[in-house]
Parts: sequence; structure tokens; C-alpha cells
Amino acid sequence: MLAALIIVFREVFEAGLIVGIVLAVTQNVSGRGWWITGGIAGGALGACLAAIFAGQLSTAFGGIGHELFNAAILSIAVVMLIWHNVWMARHGRELAAEMVAVGQAVAAGSKPMTALAVVVGVAVLREGVEVVLFLYGIAASGDSAAAIFVGALAGLALGAAVSGLTYFGLLNVPARHLFAVTSVMIAFLAAGLAAQATAFLQQADVVTVLDQTVWDSSGLLSDSSLAGRALHTLIGYTERPTAMELVVYLVTLAVIFVLMKVLAPPAATDAAVSKA
Amino acid sequence: MRSFTVAIASAVVAIIGLSTQDVIPARAQEAVTIELSVKNHKFEPAEIKAPPGKAIMLKVKNLDPTPMEFESKPLRIEKVIPGNGEASINVRAQKAGRYKFFDEYNEKTAQGTLIVE
Repeated sequence: MLAALIIVFREVFEAGLIVGIVLAVTQNVSGRGWWITGGIAGGALGACLAAIFAGQLSTAFGGIGHELFNAAILSIAVVMLIWHNVWMARHGRELAAEMVAVGQAVAAGSKPMTALAVVVGVAVLREGVEVVLFLYGIAASGDSAAAIFVGALAGLALGAAVSGLTYFGLLNVPARHLFAVTSVMIAFLAAGLAAQATAFLQQADVVTVLDQTVWDSSGLLSDSSLAGRALHTLIGYTERPTAMELVVYLVTLAVIFVLMKVLAPPAATDAAVSKA
Repeated sequence: MRSFTVAIASAVVAIIGLSTQDVIPARAQEAVTIELSVKNHKFEPAEIKAPPGKAIMLKVKNLDPTPMEFESKPLRIEKVIPGNGEASINVRAQKAGRYKFFDEYNEKTAQGTLIVE
């Protein structure tokens, strides 16, 4: 029961951090509940499907199907997060200005909502696959299924509680700073996901250059500790990064900040001019 | 913003420079293949040996009906293997030492070590 609790909590915790951030980002967009629920439902459904086909998936492409699958969905999430941040840099000011009078801003706001729904879906999908596989395995082996089930439910509840804490913590950020704070968080989130995608490609032997480990901080902060997991999800911390992961991480960060800077409207003329 | 971009760019250059300074391990002329299996959530054999500086191909057979996740922090592996399934895992060339691995779903019983010497 404890094992089930820990595994389910761990996966829900990781997906939940991302959902919490997305919820905070969209706190003033009406109809966000549908998008995010849709993202979670889609991710959960996808996780069940992926778990059913796990056997085929892991033997696909000469045994590296699972790695390629992970790298692909992580890349989708990175692109969606970059798109969202760049879009927010362009329109965030209008949105903030019109936040009280919910009008066109909301219609416009639904654009990055698709991106964020995809990000939520991908996060749930990736962590969900492991939960489904694990629970399915337990069910198949038949022993003390009830205890495992209770453990899994407790893990789910704990994970959801942590997501709630993230969300309410972010809500305490004053609204006018919220865009700035969440933009930076999403930039680091995206860079971390890009680095994880790289790690999967390296494990699959698709990317082979710069595969030396740059440092080992496992004694300082272990990947398997709760703090390590949280930082892994939030900023992409890993105890033994390879040079390629670091390069991809930094380049992703640079691309996001440069795009946000370049595509942001000039400060003086932003007031309700651009409708694009 | 500009100085930030410059800082990131120089960090990238520095990382690439530092890493290529290392002798790049003779990469996998031919990988050493090691087979192991998992039964009743235990690795068999629980200790495997490989020579240093050579890429390793781990062929892991999961003889249990339940899925497992073959994981090793020091070897940077994380791979789900379905019940009654098999997976081939690439391990890059390693220096001499002991490298632990385990099944994330059954961490208590399924523990193993790769000894490179």
C-alpha cells in the first residue's frame, strides 16, 4: 500500500505542479476550467491507451520507441509553452488592462488556452502512463488489490493537495506581477522539459554528442528526494546533467527570452493598438 | 537583455569547450552484450560485470507478468519493460566502478549492480 501511495503521489505531484502553474497563469480567463479539464481528461485517456500498447511501444523502432515517444511529447510541450509565453509577451498587457472588463480579451485569451491545454494533457499523459502501468500490474498480480487501491487513492489526494498549494501560492502574487512571474516560471519549465527530451534521446542513442556528465550533485540534492523532484519539474534540475542537456537547456531559455523581447510590442504604443 | 543573452551564449560555448577537452571515450566499436532477467521482482543475476571504456548493451527480460521500470541514476537509464516483455538498453562506456540499478516499481526486492572493472 505504501509503495502504491509513493508511486502514485510522485507521478501526480509532477503532473500537478504543472497543472497548478497553468491554473495560476489562467486565473482570469473565463472558460479555463473546460480547457484544463479537457487537457487532464485527454491526458488520462492517452495514458490508458499508451499503457495498453506499452508492449508494442517499447519494442517499436528497434526498442527505443518509449524513449522517442517521451522525447516527442516533451518537445510538443516545449513548443506549446514557448508559444504561450511569446503570445503573452505580445498580448499580456492588453489582457491585464482589460482584466476587469472581460470582453475581447477573453476571446483572445482562448488562443493560448489551447497551448496550455495541450501542455496539461501532455504532463498528465506522461506521468499517467507510469501510474496506469503500475496499477495494472498490481491488478494483474492479484494480491491485496484493495490495499493498493487505497494507497493509490491516498497518493492521488496528496498529489492533488500539493498542486493546490502551488496554485494558491501563486495566487498570492499580486495580479500585476503575475504575468512576469509566471512567464519566468514557464520559461524555466520549458527549458527543463527540453533538457529531459534530450536525456531521452541520449538514452535512445539518437543523440550521442556531448554526452559527458558535467557534474554530480547527487550527494547535495538527490533526484529521488521530494525537493529534487519538485526542482526537476519546475526548473529541470537533474543530479547528473550531460553537456548536451545543459546546452539545450540554456539555448531554450535564450530562445524564449529573445523571442519574448523581440515580439513584445514597444512599451509606448501597446495600449489597445494591436489587435493581431 | 543583451548582456543576459551574451552570458548564456558564453556559457554554452564554455560547456562545449570543457566537454570536448575530455577524452571522448572510444564509442561503441562493438558493444558488450549482457543478458539479465527479472523473476519474482528480483534480478538474475543481481551482479553483472563489464569492462571499462566499452559501450554496453543490456538485454533485460521481464519474466514477471507485471511491468517494471528499469532505472539507474548513475547510468542515466529509465526504461519501462512490460510484463513478460524484453528490452534492450544502451549504456554508454563507463569508467571502472560500481553502478546500482533497480526496478522502480519494486524497489525493495529488485536491486542490482553493474561492476565495471
